[in-house]
Amino acid sequence: MKNYMKLEISARGENEGFARSAVAAFALPLNPSFTELSDIKTAVSEAVTNCIVHAYSKTQDGKIIIECETEQTSTGGVLHIEIRDFGCGIEDVEQAVQPFYTTLSDDERSGMGFTIMQTFMDEFSLTSIRGEGTRVEMSRRIGEEDGAAFSKPPKSIRKVSNA
Amino acid sequence: MRILSDYRGNVLYMRLCGEMDEHNAALVRRVADKLVDDHTQSERAVIDLSGVSFMDSTGIGFLIGRYKKLQRYGIPVYVTNPSLGTDKILQMSGVYTLMPKI
Ligand SMILES: Nc1ncnc2c1ncn2[C@@H]1O[C@H](COP(=O)(O)OP(=O)(O)OP(=O)(O)O)[C@@H](O)[C@H]1O
Ligand SMILES: [Mg+2]
Repeated sequence: MKNYMKLEISARGENEGFARSAVAAFALPLNPSFTELSDIKTAVSEAVTNCIVHAYSKTQDGKIIIECETEQTSTGGVLHIEIRDFGCGIEDVEQAVQPFYTTLSDDERSGMGFTIMQTFMDEFSLTSIRGEGTRVEMSRRIGEEDGAAFSKPPKSIRKVSNA
Repeated sequence: MRILSDYRGNVLYMRLCGEMDEHNAALVRRVADKLVDDHTQSERAVIDLSGVSFMDSTGIGFLIGRYKKLQRYGIPVYVTNPSLGTDKILQMSGVYTLMPKI
């Protein structure tokens, strides 16, 4: 059984809390643990904050689209999240995902956003085209924390491209 | 987001409360810096995270920013009471090497 939702929001700071809470609420029917919910909220916050602080200039009236799909399985489920913007794009995605790489160190950014998304989610991919925008896709398995997770080590997929 | 502060025994305590994301951090950066500027005679500073219910990478930048400011006055700073999620982020980013967890 699949479930789907799509959200379109203005790229404004006050929507950061709304976006992560909305995704967490959408995942609730899968019965996530407290840790799973916390990890999901953090990863969503990273991607959405990036759209707000990097993709659009301060005067631009930018949009962010968040799409989620859940799949229920016998042991729990999977949450897929796609977050995209139509902003400036990223020149070199391989460089952007390096820990501590940031183009905004003056604004107290640490360059850990993509590293956190990759660590907190089971799958992660980043696609960006300069001048057109950026897309982050992430998935997280839910309800496999005890038992099942030990036999299947979490796999992390990282695809990056400027396609 | 807000900051509760206390100054006892030459120690400046700053307790952060709320959700630490970019939008909310902007509201407390100046407050924290003012507290530091007003207590330059402190022997050390302690940042209490027990009231932080959410934190993303913005928190790393925020803490390192305050560390740098305190360092200019020669005041060592410590972090205490992070939640599990916050602890994971601070651990992986190496924040505790600058400001040890107590
Ligand atoms: N949506 C986006 N549009 C344009 N550039 C982006 C986008 N997301 C990330 N970037 C670029 O990739 C870099 C790395 O992003 P990352 O989230 O890892 O770190 P950061 O946002 O700079 O700092 P932090 O997330 O730790 O506060 C950014 O500094 C920025 O140059
Ligand atoms: Mg970021």
